[in-house]
Amino acid sequence: MREITYRQALNEALAEELERDPNVFLMGEEVAEYQGAYKVSHGLLQRFGPRRIVDTPISENGFAGLGVGAAMVGLRPIIEFMTFSFSLVAFDQVVNNAPNMFTMSGGQFNIPITFRGPNGPAHQLGATHSHATEPLYANAPGLKICTPATPRDAKGLLKTAVRDNNPVLVLEAELLYSSKGMVEPPDEELLIPLGKAEVKREGNDVSVICYAQTVPLALKVAAQLEEEDISAEIVDLRSIKPLDEKAIFDSVAKTHRVVIVEQDRPFCGVGAEVCYRIQKNIFDELDAPIIRVSQEDVPMPYNERLEKAVLPNADKVIAAVKRVCYA
Amino acid sequence: MQPLEQRDEVEMLSLMLLIRRFEERASQQYQAQKIGGFCHLYIGQEAVVTGAVAAVRDDDYIITAYRDHAHALARGTSANACMAELFGKETGCSRGLGGSMHFFDRQHHMYGGHAIVGAHVPLAVGMAFAIKYRGEDRVTLCFFGDGAINQGSFHEALNLAALYKLPIVFICENNLFAMGTSVKRSTSLKQIVDRAEGYDIPGEIVDGMNFREVRDKIAEIVDSIRKESHPAFLEVRTYRYRGHSMSDPASYRTKQELEKYRLDDPITRLRAQLTREGRLTNEQFDLLDKRAKETVLAAVKFAEKSPEPPLDKLYDYTYANGAAEAGVPDTSKREESAPKESGATAG
Repeated sequence: MREITYRQALNEALAEELERDPNVFLMGEEVAEYQGAYKVSHGLLQRFGPRRIVDTPISENGFAGLGVGAAMVGLRPIIEFMTFSFSLVAFDQVVNNAPNMFTMSGGQFNIPITFRGPNGPAHQLGATHSHATEPLYANAPGLKICTPATPRDAKGLLKTAVRDNNPVLVLEAELLYSSKGMVEPPDEELLIPLGKAEVKREGNDVSVICYAQTVPLALKVAAQLEEEDISAEIVDLRSIKPLDEKAIFDSVAKTHRVVIVEQDRPFCGVGAEVCYRIQKNIFDELDAPIIRVSQEDVPMPYNERLEKAVLPNADKVIAAVKRVCYA
Repeated sequence: MQPLEQRDEVEMLSLMLLIRRFEERASQQYQAQKIGGFCHLYIGQEAVVTGAVAAVRDDDYIITAYRDHAHALARGTSANACMAELFGKETGCSRGLGGSMHFFDRQHHMYGGHAIVGAHVPLAVGMAFAIKYRGEDRVTLCFFGDGAINQGSFHEALNLAALYKLPIVFICENNLFAMGTSVKRSTSLKQIVDRAEGYDIPGEIVDGMNFREVRDKIAEIVDSIRKESHPAFLEVRTYRYRGHSMSDPASYRTKQELEKYRLDDPITRLRAQLTREGRLTNEQFDLLDKRAKETVLAAVKFAEKSPEPPLDKLYDYTYANGAAEAGVPDTSKREESAPKESGATAG
């Protein structure tokens, strides 16, 4: 194991998959000559050439659709959105074409495509650039969605996504690109299955269910809570779809109390689905109502103080944990 | 099918008759409520797709919008599979899961059947991208209506195709109306072909009621593309005799206009050409027509007798082999073939 950044981990995953499979290509805005808007594709043009690392004009609908068409005839495109906020321009391709094709064609055309890029609120980018798109896409059957929170998960999940025979969204965490973590050496194949959550920290008193940018937040809070003798178990979903029900239920059966910390907005958000499944399946395990900590239900304000008020933070999570623990 | 040089015009006339009779029978079955949803008929436009398939190889890619029955039939999908799809049966070309607007046939390189106007044009560009990526000499034929040319996806796709010099023919089947809105009311151009100029793509106009003209023009374009990859645009002027869909009485146009085009009927025209040249007798034509009618009638019977898609397979076509859940397969050697289905579900 060695320590690398989340950005390097993604870069390694791309390079390894491009190396392994000649059908894989990377396409998007500024991925080639500019070396990636967030430098995730740094050096790939030099290594793999312009045939496989392809710059596009600013035409999200166009190049997302191009990817779907290329996948229909057997290529395995990796389509980078400069941010998933811009994927909304390509919503029709991601929601209507990519995941529907397999069904509509009676199983003749599966779409092995990876859509990836930063997702979720960053820092003072305002309403148009701060979308957490996971609940929008989770509503579309046929898509798979993962949300890596660590460099190791970023590498392992992206590699798996590229090899999956379905459209997979890899929702990267913009604020975590420079974060560091331990990852297996490059000569060791690292694949992390979609649909498998990971307990990032064990605990007994409360299950804090989180993903993406809320994972480091939850871990920070867990350390603080420990000083107050509250033992929090941190369950990182890693994939939104498929959802790892077993990991969630196992943790809840152990702690009997749940706080869901999500980076999206509350109405029909990811936490609402998790909540529903817990109460439907293991109602008797609950000792307190589930609390969700999400964004406030407003378009993201630019102002820094207001933005902080909208986002989940340590105080909100601690308060939620104390409420479910009646502490 | 035969190589295209020898592909007999009588055979292509026979294909046009099959399309016409198929659509007429589909109309009747729709009214009898055997067919659900939306149903858009191709009657009047037969020379367009027939001329196109006569000009290309069987392994060239074809993709179209929702008025797609004829494109599947022209590509070689059986009338049985097409009618069964309309009936929503398991024996349909999309196993009854696609319906009228979503015909697919991988074996015959028919890539749909796409019902969001303009949304398949980027897909076609992606297919052409794959051709160039692999260094093949195939060509993609992308059909769409005059309604598609005002969608953003269309413009983005044309720009990408021109930028990457992809082997694709954009074929605009201009039947003068996007649903009930005439081209005059939808498009700020004197002629649709001028759209291509904005992307530095060579464009031409062809008479879509004339099989030979369509075939020869597309053959010429495709020949040029195979020599050196580039996109091309063809505005094919045609006319649909029926409304936009089964529920449209087409009251936005005059009877006189419809009659004018009926007199220019593509089937009548090719028949007259062949008769004049002594290559077809009236008796032979009647026989071809009789065969087409019989084929379509048999297709209705086939569709009626076919089973519905089983309820217990409802989840089988949402995800292709649920490999990612079970472990990760090596897909690098994946052939271009349909994946094995399995019952994997997500979420």
